[in-house]
Amino acid sequence: MSRLSLAVHKFSSCDGCQLALLNAGKDFLELTRLMEIRHFAEAGILDNNAEVDIAIVEGSISTEADLPRIQAIRKHSKWLLTVGACATSGGLQALRNMHDSGQWMIDIYATPGSIDSLETATPISAHVPVDFEIWGCPITTEALLEALKSLMAGVSPIEHSDKLCIECKRRQQVCVMVTGARPCMGAVTRSGCGAICPRVGRACYGCYGPAENPNTASLANRFKGFGLMDDEITRRFWFINSAADGFRQEGETWDKK
Amino acid sequence: MGHQDFFLPLNKLQTLVDRVSAAGYQCYGPHIRDAAIVFAAFSSVEQWPVGVVDFQGPGEYRLESETSGRYFYWANGPQGLKPLTFFPEQDLWQSTRTADATVDFHAETGSPQKMAVFGVRSCDLAALALLDRHFLSESPADPYYRDGRERLLLIAVNCARSAATCFCHSTGDGPFAESGFDLCLTELEAGFLIVAGSDRGTELIDALRLRLAHKHELKQKREQFQIASRQQRKLDPVQVRFDLAQSIQSDAWQEIARDCLSCGNCTSVCPTCFCFSEMDRPALGGENSMRTRIWDSCFSHGHSYIHGVTIREETAPRYRQWLTHKFSTWVNQYGRSGCVGCGRCITWCPAGIDVIESIRQVSANTHE
Repeated sequence: MSRLSLAVHKFSSCDGCQLALLNAGKDFLELTRLMEIRHFAEAGILDNNAEVDIAIVEGSISTEADLPRIQAIRKHSKWLLTVGACATSGGLQALRNMHDSGQWMIDIYATPGSIDSLETATPISAHVPVDFEIWGCPITTEALLEALKSLMAGVSPIEHSDKLCIECKRRQQVCVMVTGARPCMGAVTRSGCGAICPRVGRACYGCYGPAENPNTASLANRFKGFGLMDDEITRRFWFINSAADGFRQEGETWDKK
Repeated sequence: MGHQDFFLPLNKLQTLVDRVSAAGYQCYGPHIRDAAIVFAAFSSVEQWPVGVVDFQGPGEYRLESETSGRYFYWANGPQGLKPLTFFPEQDLWQSTRTADATVDFHAETGSPQKMAVFGVRSCDLAALALLDRHFLSESPADPYYRDGRERLLLIAVNCARSAATCFCHSTGDGPFAESGFDLCLTELEAGFLIVAGSDRGTELIDALRLRLAHKHELKQKREQFQIASRQQRKLDPVQVRFDLAQSIQSDAWQEIARDCLSCGNCTSVCPTCFCFSEMDRPALGGENSMRTRIWDSCFSHGHSYIHGVTIREETAPRYRQWLTHKFSTWVNQYGRSGCVGCGRCITWCPAGIDVIESIRQVSANTHE
């Protein structure tokens, strides 16, 4: 196993996904032995333009300055991994893509002129080729280490695109939709979180993004049957991953009604 | 072990539990968790819910109070025996890199805690017999399933009523249990009738020194069977098998796929679905790796992924695979339908798809 080099870059995001690495504890220390970390600002290692095997990218492209920076990162890395909803689908902040964000600035900030941002917040894949995506808000340590282990072993990381329901039932959790008519997004959302919301009796709100083959229309109709208003249905689909294929369109369908 | 009914007065129910515990079994019984009746460990029957009734329909499950004061006036909850024998997640074997650059393999078998399950229904005993055939009948038997299976002591309960989703009478699997249990209870107003189905069961009854059931008690039992049977939905398994075998081109699959979420809830709660996938979980440094199997579903992407291609990309062929296997081609494989009529796939479908209606839809389309 060759010692691969690693960089962790950040764009518009809350920093929560990088914590998946720092929070790995002993495994993080072990990782510093197995890999050479060349850039990881949150851990105090700085070399923005380092050439690396693996670039982990968090956050969405939201400012003018982000545009050349992501191009440079792509050029300097062999594999580019996006982590989290922001980098993978644009994240929560992509909600502004559907509105006049310039007007929002004026309404909200005292000196909007001092804010330098793009009209839209977009995922990394809208700008450069991405080799692998880890979804979630935030991602788990387990998912990130699994992907790194695969790359160290010289194989493609496994994509976990199954529906959350399958993971939820493996944990013998009782379905909150069936017992409580709650608008759970699990049937269209990727697994990987361990079904943490259903396990405390809450409906999944889709933070892991769309699963493969998601039947959003059927689920939205079910929510309607539970008594949700059209705009509430839109918000279920748009909350964290509004720009993700599948969730975006279903939200639009109910937004227009 | 003659199938003779004895009378177990209410005040001896705990004595039975105590004797089972004393024999080394962890007792599992009904328990309300997350608004549903599931199995959980207990030591006293006072921990069992009393006077609870369930209302079930497509995509709906509700518990309410009722006044009979019975322990078992409810029909089956989301769990059968499957999670107790075929575990949702099971470590299979571990490989370890050794100093001389070879690899050691170590099987992760073991003897799980002996477990007595109180309140098993006839449909789940039928399902267990099917899982036994799948996992144990061919040599070599699945050692993980066998470990989970052999530790069980099964105390069945005959159903006093059926849910609106039940159809075990049509599939020939209920509502009363005929075999596959160690003990079987029928709840009456003043106590239980109890019958042994194994040597272990006979020993337990003998030790309790019970009297034989009276005629009027046996009459109540027969009436209860009539009531629970009459409350059920109907399905003709022979006709269904025939219809589904001709249904491959039916338009109905696309119609059902409009509603189907392809989420796998039906297969997870199904007491006979046995598909799994396997994965490797290597240590970070690669010095060892665990091979683990987890429940999978024919509604998943990976289920039909073969050599770079997913054969069933869309929902319609996935639903067709599930339904035609369960009700039709299963018979070719195992000599009977894979459905035991528990109705869980109806209740626990978040989209509220009713499997009996789906079969009707497909059959009607086939006959056109």
